[in-house]
Amino acid sequence: MEARGSVSGRPGRPLVRFYGLSTCIWCKRTRKLLEDEGVPFEYVYVDLLDDDKDDVMAEVRRFNPRETFPTLVFGDSRCIVGYHPEEIREALGR
Amino acid sequence: MNDTTPIGRDEIEAFVARLREDAERGGYHLNPDQDFTTGLAQGLLENERRYGYRSCPCRLATGEKERDLDIVCPCDYRDADLVDWGVCYCALYASDEVLAGEKDVEPIPERRPPEAERRVDHAASDEESRKSRLTAVPLPVWRCRVCGYLCARERPPGVCPICKAKADRFERFL
Repeated sequence: MEARGSVSGRPGRPLVRFYGLSTCIWCKRTRKLLEDEGVPFEYVYVDLLDDDKDDVMAEVRRFNPRETFPTLVFGDSRCIVGYHPEEIREALGR
Repeated sequence: MNDTTPIGRDEIEAFVARLREDAERGGYHLNPDQDFTTGLAQGLLENERRYGYRSCPCRLATGEKERDLDIVCPCDYRDADLVDWGVCYCALYASDEVLAGEKDVEPIPERRPPEAERRVDHAASDEESRKSRLTAVPLPVWRCRVCGYLCARERPPGVCPICKAKADRFERFL
């Protein structure tokens, strides 16, 4: 599994940032939901990072001080922590 | 990460069988949803390979065992989460209610305190505070009226891990 990457969704959808752990089942479900919804997103699996783990965790902390996963960031303001399909769909404007 | 070959299906399934046996023997249950148990068991094996210990697949480990001890599976928070939510944080373990289909498996809030607070807890466990804890019990102690098993926690376990008596057979001991 790649530590970082991006998935292109259907055009015209806002970009979502996904912070997760490669071993976490809730992260897997959340990623699948984004894929099923055709959302373009950038992903980072923090447990697979080496040198820049601290920098990425600082990013996560800015939105989610508890530093838990999955953390989804919509634009530069809204953040949803955990696999909450209804809330995520709502944030995506579904 | 040294070994990047995927963990084999057989190894995962054998591990799940062992986990289930241990769980049932202690009065616990694995999540009845196989997607969860298989995926989480795989995560535990990957973490064991990566860090040398089976830290929670749904929490970020530091790689230093001392700092991660509380999230080595089964974690320090499992039993309280089973009582309050019916599953543990990653949902590898589930309660009787979940097993009976009376409760759905949903993500639960993180009970593990932030690292700064955990460090305070460790610092407090020196000799002086150990002495003072002998006179002031920080948690209620529960006694299984069936077999006498004692445990110190906020509430009694759902099932006695020794004799399998239900929570209502526990009495407040201290």
